[in-house]
Amino acid sequence: MKYVDEFRNHALARSLFAEIRRAVTRPWVIMEICGGQTHSIVKYGLDQLLPPEIELAHGPGCPVCVTSLDLIDRAHAIARRPDVIFCSFGDMLRVPGSAGDLFQIKALGGDVRVVYSPLDCLKVARANPDKRVVFFAIGFETTAPANAMSVWQARALGIANYSALVSHVTVPPAMVAILESPTNRVQAFLGAGHVCAVMGWEEYEPLASRYRVPIVVTGFEPVDLLEGILAAVRQLESGRCEVENRYARAVRREGNLDAKRMVFRVFEPCDRAWRGIGVIPGSGYRLREEFAAFDAARIFDVGDIVSQEPAECISGLVLQGARRPLDCPAFGTRCTPETPLGATMVSGEGACAAYYNYGRRLSQ
Amino acid sequence: MNDFTLSCPLPITNRKTIVLGHGSGGKLSAQLIRQMFLPAFDNPLLNRLDDQAVLAVGGARIAFTTDSYVVTPLFFPGGDIGRLAVHGTINDLAMSGAQPLALSAAFILEEGFEMEDLRRVVDSMAEAARAAGVPIATGDTKVVPRGAADRMFITTSGVGLVPEGVNISAANARPGDQILLSGSIADHGMAVMSKRENMEFEGALESDTAALHRLVADMIAAGEIHALRDPTRGGLGATLVEIAASARIGVEAESAAIPVHEPVRAACELLGLDPLFVANEGKLVAFVAPESAARVLAAMRANPLGREAARIGQAVEAHAGLVLLKTEIGGSRVLDLPFGEQLPRIC
Amino acid sequence: MCLAVPGKLTELYDAGGIAMARVDFGGVTREACLAYLPEAAIGDYVLVHAGFAITMVDQAEALQTLDDLRQLGELAGEEDSGPA
Repeated sequence: MKYVDEFRNHALARSLFAEIRRAVTRPWVIMEICGGQTHSIVKYGLDQLLPPEIELAHGPGCPVCVTSLDLIDRAHAIARRPDVIFCSFGDMLRVPGSAGDLFQIKALGGDVRVVYSPLDCLKVARANPDKRVVFFAIGFETTAPANAMSVWQARALGIANYSALVSHVTVPPAMVAILESPTNRVQAFLGAGHVCAVMGWEEYEPLASRYRVPIVVTGFEPVDLLEGILAAVRQLESGRCEVENRYARAVRREGNLDAKRMVFRVFEPCDRAWRGIGVIPGSGYRLREEFAAFDAARIFDVGDIVSQEPAECISGLVLQGARRPLDCPAFGTRCTPETPLGATMVSGEGACAAYYNYGRRLSQ
Repeated sequence: MNDFTLSCPLPITNRKTIVLGHGSGGKLSAQLIRQMFLPAFDNPLLNRLDDQAVLAVGGARIAFTTDSYVVTPLFFPGGDIGRLAVHGTINDLAMSGAQPLALSAAFILEEGFEMEDLRRVVDSMAEAARAAGVPIATGDTKVVPRGAADRMFITTSGVGLVPEGVNISAANARPGDQILLSGSIADHGMAVMSKRENMEFEGALESDTAALHRLVADMIAAGEIHALRDPTRGGLGATLVEIAASARIGVEAESAAIPVHEPVRAACELLGLDPLFVANEGKLVAFVAPESAARVLAAMRANPLGREAARIGQAVEAHAGLVLLKTEIGGSRVLDLPFGEQLPRIC
Repeated sequence: MCLAVPGKLTELYDAGGIAMARVDFGGVTREACLAYLPEAAIGDYVLVHAGFAITMVDQAEALQTLDDLRQLGELAGEEDSGPA
């Protein structure tokens, strides 16, 4: 596959490992923000091959596992309704709420459907005029343009039986929350490449200077990740703290202006609760007032949701990179992908799940 | 230390109902078999958990197997439910080294199912059975009310004869065995996925459904085969894990050695699926004595169904029960059974 | 998060009033919404996420990056002590 295979090349990876080894002189803690990057690191075994001075802390870049329990319970309550066709990305199907997951709701008769694109939901809505189609609109900024378009199109085409349950989260406020934490150990960030493809990297410049951390916009393939890590190490070793773009083939400083325009036309920033972390001010998107007719959170009165948050597990600390999955006494025993206790185990992108699924149960 | 037992979310494994994951060939399926069926039926034949049972009858050994086919859509690029049903059961017999003797076919038909579609499936089964040289010797038909079945379910059972001297079973794999794969993976699963609603994509994707008994016969003639399995649901990954567990051996495989066709790879990338855990219907994995490996591989490549056969790894004594995959960039990861069916993802 | 895959635009069309495209991902094609890349043309490479093209792949940049990386290897003399 073009523009994929070249960035999985063994020889290029080897050169980068060698360069990283040459560049590093002391320990550094680097955090990759994005769950897709965590996934790639663990899938290819990258971190095992880096020099021991480099510690990769896995960030909260998994919109699936950080979606608040309250919102998941709300989604499940809507999905159980007989008049609803509940559409979702595959990622959300297995996330447990207070009482089961979407798979179980489907097993008990709920009409739950997996979609690849939010536009598919509009087709479902048109084909089923007697039902109400609700789409679980999750994601970081990367997915916001797609989710926004579904609402925009629904309004433009008069598809009145479509609505979205919005649960967007955004990266910069999460980074600030991590940097502001008194126990923060992260010294540099690998920026989320596809979030930046949409949003650009302008908004990270004040963060880099205020908190004096290098932020390297990084892609997802092994070679991309190693390039990002090398750039971060070089900045750290030379005391620089700039925003640097190491995903030049996909990211420009201003991002995608057309996409951003639509995102802010349809959504506005709001406070959001992150599962395992708590409320981070200004860290989410919600539908603007004028789109109230397509806002599932307003349309569906699901009564009082009493969300049973699990007793404190350390996923909050894992999400901030302060602890590793293997530090947790419940990891792999009471807490597994089948019986997740916390946010970071519920989805394949969560650090704990990635570790578990890629076999990090051996002491390494 | 934190007390994790207070108000934790409902453990999802104590389920009161069957969910789709129970049929996906991953952990949930394994759990259902272990907790529901094995204890109830409990007998030495079943407890081996091979794809077929081998019964000693007089001086001969009869292989006996059954499988149900519920695939949607019924017709997909490269095949249909009927062909799958014939090939799948022949293959289960072949995986014990047995020569297939005959099949049965039981149909559960939904009221309202089009006669034309039934004819297409039946004709396809007839052709597959004839080409394979295995008669459909007996059968059954039931019709259920509209809504009680998804148009058509087929169950095929098969009997075969295991030649003398042939001892093939997952448990027979041993350290030192070379692991041979008969061709490209994930073709079937992605061909079916391409026709699923809301997932449609186009490409040169075709199911690899095929009857493997003649390939197996060629392989047995060429060398010493210890274990054979066709990686259907759960894919190559699940199969390697199951054999490693069954034989209590370690497995080391190389990602770069596993053939995946370009369009299949692209489709997997698009949906975020791992080809290692996508179903195949015309491939086999063999654990072969090291002295025989080169000859067996040559015999595979000489057969039309094994043209792309490759050596993908070996069985080892270390890390018994664990499958280690060497990644394209030189790292390694442990393969484990997927929880349920793999779902397309955007994250 | 953010699984986005590069593909080549092979066809442009309109559906329901928004710009759509047929994208070839290397033997597999699927439709994607092109509304956010109005300047994209047939033959261009785009990154597709959740059925939407979210950015162009700058092919010149990609090739430059690969070139720089290869030179890195050559300059270093490709030491033998690379991992596995």
